[in-house]
Amino acid sequence: MLRDITIGQHFPGNSLVHRFDPRLKILLTILYIVLLFAAANPLGLALSIAWLAVLYKMAKIPVRMIVKSLKPIVPIILFTCVLNLFFVTGQGEPLVQVWVLRIYAEGVRYAILMAVRVITLIAGTSLLTYTTSPIVLTDAIERLLAPFNKIHMPVHELAMMMTIALRFIPTLVEETDKIMNAQKARGAMLDSGTLKERMHAMIPILIPLFISAFRRADELAMAMECRCYHGGEGRTRLKVLKYTKQDAISCMVCMAVFAAIFATRFFVPGL
Amino acid sequence: MAEIIRVEDLTYIYNQGMPDETVALDHVSFGVQQGDFVGIIGSTGSGKSTLITHFNGINRPTSGKIYIGGEDMWADPKQIRKFRFQVGLVFQYPEYQLFEETCYADIAFGPKNMGLSPEEVDRRVKFAAGFVGISEEILKKSPFELSGGQKRRVAIAGVMAMEPKILVLDEPAAGLDPEGREMILQQVKEYHRRTGTTVLLVSHSMEDIANYADKVLVMDNARVAMYAETAKIFAEAPHLLELGLSVPQVTKIFIRLREMGLDIPQDVYTVPYAVKTILAARKNAEKGVL
Repeated sequence: MLRDITIGQHFPGNSLVHRFDPRLKILLTILYIVLLFAAANPLGLALSIAWLAVLYKMAKIPVRMIVKSLKPIVPIILFTCVLNLFFVTGQGEPLVQVWVLRIYAEGVRYAILMAVRVITLIAGTSLLTYTTSPIVLTDAIERLLAPFNKIHMPVHELAMMMTIALRFIPTLVEETDKIMNAQKARGAMLDSGTLKERMHAMIPILIPLFISAFRRADELAMAMECRCYHGGEGRTRLKVLKYTKQDAISCMVCMAVFAAIFATRFFVPGL
Repeated sequence: MAEIIRVEDLTYIYNQGMPDETVALDHVSFGVQQGDFVGIIGSTGSGKSTLITHFNGINRPTSGKIYIGGEDMWADPKQIRKFRFQVGLVFQYPEYQLFEETCYADIAFGPKNMGLSPEEVDRRVKFAAGFVGISEEILKKSPFELSGGQKRRVAIAGVMAMEPKILVLDEPAAGLDPEGREMILQQVKEYHRRTGTTVLLVSHSMEDIANYADKVLVMDNARVAMYAETAKIFAEAPHLLELGLSVPQVTKIFIRLREMGLDIPQDVYTVPYAVKTILAARKNAEKGVL
């Protein structure tokens, strides 16, 4: 059951999307989010979705994965839909009127557009994490934040902490799985009983998990010291991120599409 | 004797439908007789660990059936706990699951979950602790104060105290010094002999398997490659080597001797038997001289 956790889930591959420079990928993703709000008209949204579909197709990521990443936010989408549905007032007669609740045509339109926009937003950002391994991602963040070093922000340390945290998520998930199995084998009941019983049943899992996490932290610190780790200063990299010609072309294509989507704002009436 | 475990056409696939989908068990079928001591060997990733976690319902077969004591394990998934009490599973490095304040309480965790009376729990804890050589003194201590070997034995006692019909151990001696290894395996063997419990032992050490198991199950690439009496398995040394496995040191010597043209049996896999064979050969030689 723990295997289903999707935090930063990476979907390995070797497509153009996967190989695209992670720094540009992050920047373009941010731009895409802005675009979803800047080009808030049906045509703009339709084009954004179409472009995203093209990218997903290129990266060979199954539709199932998008559905999976959307599952946890279904309540949020429903909530915004309902809010928009009832609270957006429009001109003219309401479509439906029950007691004090009125639903206008604008409300329906707005609710649908909002839902579509949120779904596209999640799908768009998921593409970034699906096609970039967490380690590469933090590396790129470190590079992008490098200018903040000037104002004494510990960029390297933050990136290192993120890398370690991300690196240990699967390890700890696996460890938890193992401990759960071991206690289940001794007859522990983890998924039934009252709330109090269930909390009590967590003790045999949490204590070994904490002990092992501390042990791992100790070992990791030791291993890092053994290799003379002393922070970011003067540290070189094995894999240096380099912009290639391919990156420039991909970036330009992407920007052109974004510009086209943005332009719809001036031709199609927004909301 | 009756068959206590029956595995029929068992297939298990990890991450089905994902790009990293792996077939961990591929149409595996075999049976284990009651009271047997079965060694399970196979190179890393051959499916040993996946197989044994099926015996107490941690993993659910993708397809195929497992019968414990003649009953289909997954006939009613709600009853799976009943099987967990019949099959005791000791995972690799079991000392990492200790959590209670005292060793006594930790060993009592399993029996308590079974809903036994306090007197019965007490009897079982003492019985199991006695088997693995954990004294009353140590029972009162916190498990985190103990040495690695002691922790391991407390953890194994925690499963033995449930008095399962089948005891499954995954590399119980891994990472211990030679003395600790010997001790734990001796205790398991003694437990097997005295209680008549069916034991399945996963190990990478051919010596351990040769010394303790009556039968050997060889896993290779998610399938059962061989399953027979220990002597028969080690008589097929070339086949084992092909599977990336090894044979006991003493067997290696005897293979070399046979290659050199000596007429000696093929199935020598323990030191005492080797000594007997050598003495017999010498006697024959002396007779020849006379």
